[in-house]
Amino acid sequence: MKKAFQPCTVRKLTLPGHSGIYLLLLLFPPLLSACASVSGGVLDPQGPEAQRVAYLSWLMFGVAAVVFTVVTVLLLLTAVRTRRQRSVEYSPESDHRALNGVIVGGVVIPAVVLLIIMGLSIAVQQISAAPASGDLTVEIVGHQWWWEVNYPDYGVTTANEIHIPAGRPVLIKLTSADVIHSFWAPQLHSKLDLIPGQTNSFVLQADNAGVYRGQCAEFCGLQHAHMVFLVVADKTDDFNTWLEQQRQSAPEPDEGSFEQEGQQAFLGSACVYCHTIKGTNASGTLGPDLTHVASRQTIGAGILPNGHGYLAGWIMNSQTVKPGNEMPPMDLDAEQLQAILAYLDTLK
Amino acid sequence: MATIAVGEKRLSDAWEARSGLISLLGTVDHKLIGIRYIQTAFLFFVLAGLEALFMRTQLAVPENTLLGPETYNQFFTMHGTTMIFFFATPMLFGFGNYLIPLMVGARDMAFPRLNALSYWVFLFSGLFMYSSLLFGAAPDGGWFAYTPLTGAEYSPGLNLDFWALGLIFLSIATTAGAVNFIVTILKMRAPGMAINRLPLFCWAILVTSFAVLFAIPPLTVANVFLMLQRVFGFHFFQTQAGGTPLLWQHLFWFFGHPDVYIIFLPAVGIVSEVVASFSRRPILGYTLLAVATIATGVIGFGVWVHHMFAVGISPLVLSIFSISSIVIGIPSGIQVFAWLGTMLNGRPVFKTPLLFISGFIILFVLGGLSGVMFPAVPFDQQVTDSYFIVAHFHYVLVGGAVFPIFAGFYYWFPKMSGRLLDEHLGQWNFWLMFIGFNLTFFPMHIAGLMGMPRRVYTYEAGLGWGGLNLLETIGAFTLAAGILFFIANVFYSLGSGEEAGDNPWNASSLEWATSSPPPPYNFRALPVVHGRNPLWELPAADTPGSSLFMENDPTDPYQRETLASTVLSGQPDGILHIPASTLIPLYLGLALTAVFVGILLRQWWLAGVGVLLVFGLIVAWLWPPESEPAWHEGETAVIEERPA
Repeated sequence: MKKAFQPCTVRKLTLPGHSGIYLLLLLFPPLLSACASVSGGVLDPQGPEAQRVAYLSWLMFGVAAVVFTVVTVLLLLTAVRTRRQRSVEYSPESDHRALNGVIVGGVVIPAVVLLIIMGLSIAVQQISAAPASGDLTVEIVGHQWWWEVNYPDYGVTTANEIHIPAGRPVLIKLTSADVIHSFWAPQLHSKLDLIPGQTNSFVLQADNAGVYRGQCAEFCGLQHAHMVFLVVADKTDDFNTWLEQQRQSAPEPDEGSFEQEGQQAFLGSACVYCHTIKGTNASGTLGPDLTHVASRQTIGAGILPNGHGYLAGWIMNSQTVKPGNEMPPMDLDAEQLQAILAYLDTLK
Repeated sequence: MATIAVGEKRLSDAWEARSGLISLLGTVDHKLIGIRYIQTAFLFFVLAGLEALFMRTQLAVPENTLLGPETYNQFFTMHGTTMIFFFATPMLFGFGNYLIPLMVGARDMAFPRLNALSYWVFLFSGLFMYSSLLFGAAPDGGWFAYTPLTGAEYSPGLNLDFWALGLIFLSIATTAGAVNFIVTILKMRAPGMAINRLPLFCWAILVTSFAVLFAIPPLTVANVFLMLQRVFGFHFFQTQAGGTPLLWQHLFWFFGHPDVYIIFLPAVGIVSEVVASFSRRPILGYTLLAVATIATGVIGFGVWVHHMFAVGISPLVLSIFSISSIVIGIPSGIQVFAWLGTMLNGRPVFKTPLLFISGFIILFVLGGLSGVMFPAVPFDQQVTDSYFIVAHFHYVLVGGAVFPIFAGFYYWFPKMSGRLLDEHLGQWNFWLMFIGFNLTFFPMHIAGLMGMPRRVYTYEAGLGWGGLNLLETIGAFTLAAGILFFIANVFYSLGSGEEAGDNPWNASSLEWATSSPPPPYNFRALPVVHGRNPLWELPAADTPGSSLFMENDPTDPYQRETLASTVLSGQPDGILHIPASTLIPLYLGLALTAVFVGILLRQWWLAGVGVLLVFGLIVAWLWPPESEPAWHEGETAVIEERPA
């Protein structure tokens, strides 16, 4: 015969900390609602795919908030019950009831909710996985730590800035020249990895003209933090103008001009080993194509604005702003530097 | 009285090594080894925590220059690697080491010398990994070490060699520990402890240990491949030569996802023990909880691809892994509601251990809720590798494992030390940790949704991430202050804490049936179990054999003997001899260290000498003792099971 189960006597039977638990309940809603004001990210979608995911996200956040509230209330109830009822009957019946509660709360309800979420998620996934085709193809090659951007149908190569026509689907093909990177412009589309020896593709679309920031999302070494890109969605006309301009070779500077001096300095320096300027002998491919560098908004893979001062600092010693990047400090005198800057300025 | 005292003295002599040095370095006592595991793992916890504080300080404001990219990358790699490999699992193995023999009513682990070896290998592999800091070459490829970044071409230094070799080295300790737990739990339970009376903590350790046996080999294989590629130019992960970098990811996550449960399940075992004791009633749905534990351990092996949803995989495969990943939410639901039901049905006493468990429930539910969002592939692809996922897995791993570990500290510290931890300091400890944790990690969800990727050493001003990051940093220091309160509490309570007595919480499991701290031989006579909650379900005092302890214990504690029992019914079926203290495990650990240092420095002679020493020491280990200890095969002690 078993002795009946005896509740123990624990010393110092105080029940501290309840007010604290209430306080916690107050802590979460404002934090949750802070999500609503997120701008520039996942919950501020500017393209169809990001829009679908945002809807899905809000649905799941809503379900999560309900479940969290239920569990927290139950937990609080344990404390309140302990306070009110000095003796709680321990009987097989109450055990049985509670066990049914466990099965309903722990198995049945989660199974139903999860099934619904799963169904919706697979539906979204099916839409996203529709055969990949677009009005335009852009090939993106990841490098440590910058983005090479090719428009194969137009013979255009640029870097760190992806121009697309707004409102039109663009087929993006991703691969990598070295390690694994990941393409993420949260307002437009979910992530996809750039993997050496493999091409991943997806359809990118921005609903409206605008500039959307993106960043490498897979750890890719020392300067993973500084591998930013911009997706520039232009109105169709602007896009066509831009594309036409990018197809041109670099303009030849006037004979005897300061710019031409700069071109000579450029072509006579180590720059040419890594950079290409179409129409000149510079045809290196280790670094970004500079044929139209002056038309870009940023330098250093999105980390600095494209302006004289920044560019000068970058050329002389990019290691101070982006330590570990592949571009060595340049040994140029002030005159040469100014000339090179003037020349680069012409590469619109 | 005097005879008893003399008897105890003789018993202690039989179980403790005589000379100071051997008792210090050669002990095979599972309790000493367990406490060392816990202490060492806690040190690694503090180290990894300091790394985290440096990272949080660096990220407090945009474009900060406290840490350069090189240091930052080393810190986040070491933070993750240390927390996962050198804190979480060893800490829980420490609890297991200390508690499993006591909980099942045995005098030690099944393989005490192997147990000692596990500890030494854990310690030496940790020192091996951390010695990289002295060379300024700490691993910097992330705790996931994706190829090709971690190949010799992009990571030419010793950094990744330290990492891969350190983990191969450590896997010896983890594997040996798991085997030890499995055999101890299945074969050394006290008479009457049928498998359906096994404490839930033991269930958790049992399932975890099986998971370790299946999960660690893929990691070791991956690391061996990586080292072969780095040192000898093999091509497993190189595209140019027909390999693929995704092979690494499959192998790593085939280990990596089960490893989440390897960390989480033992913590869940702690939760079940504490919830029952502090609700002062048996746990609700024991069978459901045991089955949920097994189910989690098994399903955990079928979800690894959800770490790779963004690598470009066919939609069908995505859907399959999406569904398996969502199914694993069900066992967690069962567990949470079983604990809540137990608390609702009982009379919970909100002392520090249960406070940590309540905190755990809140944090784990939040982490679980963000967790069931990831199987939704499109959502996963949006937020993976962003701060959202950093928030998620810290809720699951810190909320889900560290909080239960702290509950375990407060719950079992009296057993280990004989003194209770201070309740007042405990409350401070809990509330600072709980508030600090939420301040640190909740805003990370939002930062991630705003587009902040993981593993960045800095971020630009003007992105609107600065405020959240500052809040997170303040939270991190609050969390750290909570942990300081714990450390202070330990030192204060060791000196002047309240005397605990055998069973301060009036808990039900066998570790509370012996003194605090327990004698080296654990139990004077081995216990007999009459129910699922042995100390709560004793037969009435007037029935024969009512004692918790065997009246005719067939084992001879003076000969260092303990009982073996059958796997399912827990009936005695043999007597095991427990080996005495020995320095061989220590020497073997040192020899293994020589092997790994040799490979690291490409000093093949050193590795060769190490290998020879390892073989020699294994021979010495297995050398039959002069007087063969009696294995009483078939000499079954007849202990009648009384009807409950």
